[in-house]
Amino acid sequence: VSAAPSAFSDEKGGSASEPEYGHDPASGGIFSSDYKRHDDLKEMLDSNKDSLKLEAMKRIVAMIARGKNASDLFPAVVKNVACKNIEVKKLVYVYLVRYAEEQQDLALLSISTFQRGLKDPNQLIRASALRVLSSIRVTIIVPIMMLAIKEAASDMSPYVRKTAAHAIPKLHSLDPEQKDQLIEVIEKLLADKTTLVAGSVVMAFEEVCPDRIDLIHKNYRKLCNLLIDVEEWGQVVIINMLTRYARTQFLNPNINESLLEENSEKAFYASDDEEEEDKKAEPATLAKRKPYVMDPDHRLLLRNTKPLLQSRNAAVVMAVAQLYFHLAPKAEVGIIAKALVRLMRSHSEVQYVVLQNVATMSIKRRGMFEPYLKSFYIRSTDPTQIKVLKLEVLTNLANETNISTILREFQTYIKSMDKDFVAASIQAIGRCATNIGEVRDTCLNGLVQLLSNRDELVVAESVVVIKKLLQMQPEQHSDIIKHMAKLIDNIQVPMARASILWLIGEYCEHVPKIAPDVLRKMAKSFTNEEDIVKLQIINLAAKLYLTNSKQSKLLTQYVLNLAKYDQNYDIRDRARFIRQLIVPTDKSGALSKYAKKLFLALKPAPVLESPFKDRDHFQLGSLSHLLNAKAAGYQELPNWPESAPDPSVRNVEIPDWSKCSSRKDRKEKKVEKPFYSDSEGESGPTESADSGNCESDSGSGSASASGSDESGSGSESEESGEETESDEEEEDEEEEKKKRKKLDKTKAKKQAEESAERCTIHTIHQISCIINFDQFDMNKITSVFSQTLAPSGSIKMYELLHRIKGEGLAVEYCFSRQPFSPEPNMVAVQIQFTNNTNSETKNLHIEDPRLQSGMRIREFAEIDVLAAGESVTVVMGIDFCDSTQAANFQLCTHTRKFFVSIQPPVGELMTPAFLTENDFKKEQGKLMGMNEILEKLTLGEKCVNEHVIVERVTATANLSRVPCGSDKECRFAGKTVSSGCLVLVTVTTKEGGGAQLTVNCEKMLIGTMLVKDILQALSQ
Amino acid sequence: MIHSLFLVNASGDIFLEKHWKSVVSRSVCDYFFEALERATEPENVPPVIPTPHHYLINVLRHRIYFVAVIQSEVPPLFVIEFLHRVVDTFQDYFGVCTEAAIKDNVVVVYELLEEMLDNGFPLATESNILKELIKPPTILRTVVNTITGSTNVGEQLPTGQLSVVPWRRTGVKYTNNEAYFDVIEEIDAIIDKSGSTITAEIQGVIDACVKLTGMPDLTLSFMNPRLLDDVSFHPCVRFKRWEAERILSFIPPDGNFRLLSYHVSSQNLVAIPVYVKHNISFREGSSQGRFELTLGPKQTMGKAVESVLVSSQLPRGVLNANLNPSQGTYTFDPVTKLLSWDVGKINPQKLPSLKGSMSLQAGASKPDENPTINIQFKIQQLAISGLKVNRLDMYGEKYKPFKGIKYMTKAGKFQVRT
Repeated sequence: VSAAPSAFSDEKGGSASEPEYGHDPASGGIFSSDYKRHDDLKEMLDSNKDSLKLEAMKRIVAMIARGKNASDLFPAVVKNVACKNIEVKKLVYVYLVRYAEEQQDLALLSISTFQRGLKDPNQLIRASALRVLSSIRVTIIVPIMMLAIKEAASDMSPYVRKTAAHAIPKLHSLDPEQKDQLIEVIEKLLADKTTLVAGSVVMAFEEVCPDRIDLIHKNYRKLCNLLIDVEEWGQVVIINMLTRYARTQFLNPNINESLLEENSEKAFYASDDEEEEDKKAEPATLAKRKPYVMDPDHRLLLRNTKPLLQSRNAAVVMAVAQLYFHLAPKAEVGIIAKALVRLMRSHSEVQYVVLQNVATMSIKRRGMFEPYLKSFYIRSTDPTQIKVLKLEVLTNLANETNISTILREFQTYIKSMDKDFVAASIQAIGRCATNIGEVRDTCLNGLVQLLSNRDELVVAESVVVIKKLLQMQPEQHSDIIKHMAKLIDNIQVPMARASILWLIGEYCEHVPKIAPDVLRKMAKSFTNEEDIVKLQIINLAAKLYLTNSKQSKLLTQYVLNLAKYDQNYDIRDRARFIRQLIVPTDKSGALSKYAKKLFLALKPAPVLESPFKDRDHFQLGSLSHLLNAKAAGYQELPNWPESAPDPSVRNVEIPDWSKCSSRKDRKEKKVEKPFYSDSEGESGPTESADSGNCESDSGSGSASASGSDESGSGSESEESGEETESDEEEEDEEEEKKKRKKLDKTKAKKQAEESAERCTIHTIHQISCIINFDQFDMNKITSVFSQTLAPSGSIKMYELLHRIKGEGLAVEYCFSRQPFSPEPNMVAVQIQFTNNTNSETKNLHIEDPRLQSGMRIREFAEIDVLAAGESVTVVMGIDFCDSTQAANFQLCTHTRKFFVSIQPPVGELMTPAFLTENDFKKEQGKLMGMNEILEKLTLGEKCVNEHVIVERVTATANLSRVPCGSDKECRFAGKTVSSGCLVLVTVTTKEGGGAQLTVNCEKMLIGTMLVKDILQALSQ
Repeated sequence: MIHSLFLVNASGDIFLEKHWKSVVSRSVCDYFFEALERATEPENVPPVIPTPHHYLINVLRHRIYFVAVIQSEVPPLFVIEFLHRVVDTFQDYFGVCTEAAIKDNVVVVYELLEEMLDNGFPLATESNILKELIKPPTILRTVVNTITGSTNVGEQLPTGQLSVVPWRRTGVKYTNNEAYFDVIEEIDAIIDKSGSTITAEIQGVIDACVKLTGMPDLTLSFMNPRLLDDVSFHPCVRFKRWEAERILSFIPPDGNFRLLSYHVSSQNLVAIPVYVKHNISFREGSSQGRFELTLGPKQTMGKAVESVLVSSQLPRGVLNANLNPSQGTYTFDPVTKLLSWDVGKINPQKLPSLKGSMSLQAGASKPDENPTINIQFKIQQLAISGLKVNRLDMYGEKYKPFKGIKYMTKAGKFQVRT
């Protein structure tokens, strides 16, 4: 026992000067010393001094970093997971994440610490708890992780939400079966409006459900607009995803050009009689194709990504470049060239990737890079792989006008010391020669000169390239063939020898004297040649036998005999095959007649193509493109759709429900007047297209787009007001009468507002109270009435300013649930002032409202005098923009100012809507999926019957009851005040006090909050 | 995204590994070592190496290979750019990024890597944020930490992470408030045999060292902003303002950062500040070669050309060089055949020259490659493109900062073909 501490202190002394274990002084085996060392680490970890623990953890982390196994310390380390010292804790996390997979049972001991951490008030601790929890790859905790992620996804702190987004792919890779639930979380986080979350959640989207393009629709515009403020790594991920999205949702901007090309080709090749048909067909096809108009959303994407070409991050620039290459109209793609050329100054790895992509682009769009030709000139200090890529680009850019400068440049390259690069340069010259007829002879001459180069590799490469060039016009170049035949004595590179032999064989008629002699030499050295050379010797022999059998018969026999006993079976096979084919025997088959045709057929000249041709079917900038092979997890870039999918799916300002129906109504009405409707039908789309164009021209971007949207909904809201009225007219007369009454009342109220407002409200109050009592008995009839009046019985007063704080002035407010007549999309707030002082209060009014963007206030008229002991009630309107954000303002008297705020419960943000049972079902059907929230609950003790449920629900939210056939179900409907989104609530009761609550609302936030409130109300 | 990271030193040893997801065995690096063997030069290792189950993406900086292991499709530049950012961060923290520095600070390195990536996706890469999370090791802090037992790890979430200016930390305080800007331009050029310019372009950067209290809002304007038509910005620069007014408006990060880099392309006319007269020749049949080199200034706007260094890779056949410099010193490495001549300052009255003979392998034929000459130089107080800063203004804070601007022109990849 006493030995242990001393050993420990020794170790400690040693460790201060030498934090790592460099060498082992004791000659005990590795195992024993390891065991010992770990023993002292364990003791340090068990001590109660943080500094010792930290020291131990640092040494353990150093071990991990060097790849040493430290797993046997797991129990000792994991104990410290709850350590107070934050650095120790962090290092324990590092350890835990590294080894948890191996020690699953022990890892579970730490889970409760993280669960506690998830509830910590400090967001950093919450986030790091979630981070570590989700990084522990232990399947048993999947449910805990799922729960934690779900909770974190609705955390207040965007940083925690970001961590939640990061955790999603972790959980998905641990347990793919959680996919569906994770998609729900992704959906929720996609709706997040902070830039911090955007990149991470799109990353999660790409890993978990990249095919769920439908989740993007609603967030598309937001993502486009946020893009510039997202951190750079997120930008890359979002841009890549949006490229794919755009390919599925928009039309090909170059569609007209490709159409023109098609047509011109047709016209060129078409014979006369076909042409006539074409003439008929052409106008038809052209007529079918509408003139292309770019979707404003497509334009939005292009416009918002363009500034990112200026990013300092090469990955972002590349992402934008590929987006433009794949999505932009031809005329606009050019802008990316400058940025890409700029990237070439970066680190050589960046250069490598960029050049690969430039090489692919330069084939499709040569003109784009032509002005930057000189930026691709090669320096002797470039690494070889960069040189070769630059060469590729230069070759792709070569055309009639610049070929002379390029060739001059190539000439200097041939003199380089880097032989691989010289070989590539020779190939490049060959390619230029095949592509540009004018310089073919010049190139050929240059290459022939290279044949006398001292470097054999250079000569060999030239031979191979010359062979390909000669195939294009062999007649004129028998001199060169002769020259090459002479070279065979000196060149040792097998590929070059094979090429020369093939050339001589192929064109043996041009060099009738030399060819047999070459065969003679080759027969002599046959056994020492490489396999490809041997094959070509057999080939040459066969061809000579067919053309000049007199001189070469015996030689051929000799070669074939040699080949017969070769070690390589390919060569033996070839010999057997050729013998059968060319040497006439009795048994020789029908083919030998055609031997000459078989061997000496005219062969098409090879096309020297860039290896980068057609690589653009891979998304540029991707790993798959770089490797020219599909990498795991690569998402194909979809082809453009034939016709554009519905663009309205991206409308975020919820496509006004009333607006839609009213449109439909209008159209139906117009059927009677076909003249108008026709013209309307045509002008509709062009109008929208025009406005799209204006937008893109104005360049003010997102703001204008969303602005116009908003204003659209604003103007619409008045209409919707009228519309509800007209809807109501269709309902029962009985109801209509009541409605009239109500209207009268409000009119009366308006008139009396200034003078005797209080009285009217009082009367309303009284009436509503009376009705309230009776309501439950005449449930069905009051369904309309309940809309305005029923809930007011349970109106709750909230305190705005306490008597003491307000120095005698007490202010209370309530949500009267009356429509606010001056502005229908405002919530009416009824405010009651009571003057508890002994003196008058003068000039009561509102000042300096501080509101969230979009919110508006309609102030009440100033109250001149409020006598001592009196109270007065006024009504003001607040447009909360369908959010529960508080409206802050100052309440001013002639002497004082008080800061106050009004925060609405979510239930007050809506007004009742009247639906029939069928309408309700129809609308509910439209609001499925992400718009539907289901929740099970147990009803509170007092919720015994339907009436109580109706009462509770209507008290919580300003909704109206919808008639329903089943008595197990209660349905309620309403619309949000500012944007008029439908809110549908269904409560289905079950045997034994259970119930299910369904809320359908397009505004998910409202839906969720409403669910919470109703749940609370019902379970009390 | 990024699964694991291995650091490999010049002798091919893995000296650090870090895994962000399941552990990937270090044997995956064997594929990298194969590629390393195949490559003739260290910089010729392909940046992306496919293996049966993984892809290896590597960058080479400071003679260390940073090998990232990835498993599925990810933009290669994303990984490359991130790895470079890691190197920059190490350099920022430890002053140098060497194997020794990384080994000495292995715990900080690990903590940094932990913060920079979460599950393989970049989390915090902004230096200002990282420095709030993990304080850089200084001698003083190391001493204090050992005495008091306090730590390097911050306890609060860096406020920058949540704010709209994630690149700046809050609560910055200085007694001397100063802002320095260095305009540095590098000329990349290829000059042909006859002395005419084949291509020349300028790569410029504006590096800043800003030590200002609070949340200053700076604007920087130029006399001739038209020169800057191809620029990339630090994220702090307000792009809209630049587009509209050609003014750089930004809330700077604290400390050193690169505000902007720009490119004056080969389509513009670029002044070449030095010329080279050379005569390098080998005679057929003789084992001697002649070497003559003279440097001279041109288009320097009256400024002195300093720190001139000439280097050239001579052909393989050259055994030795016997040269005579008029100033400075020269070295010739007979193994790598690299000739370098440290010239110093060019005196226009007495042009520096290097003359002499080279001995070739006896009996070998005359080399047919021509060596290229690489030149490095510096010119103080001059931006060769003509860019000039007009003024720097500060808003948002009340004190008066000390401001300074420095110009410098350097040779980038400046090559003369012979």
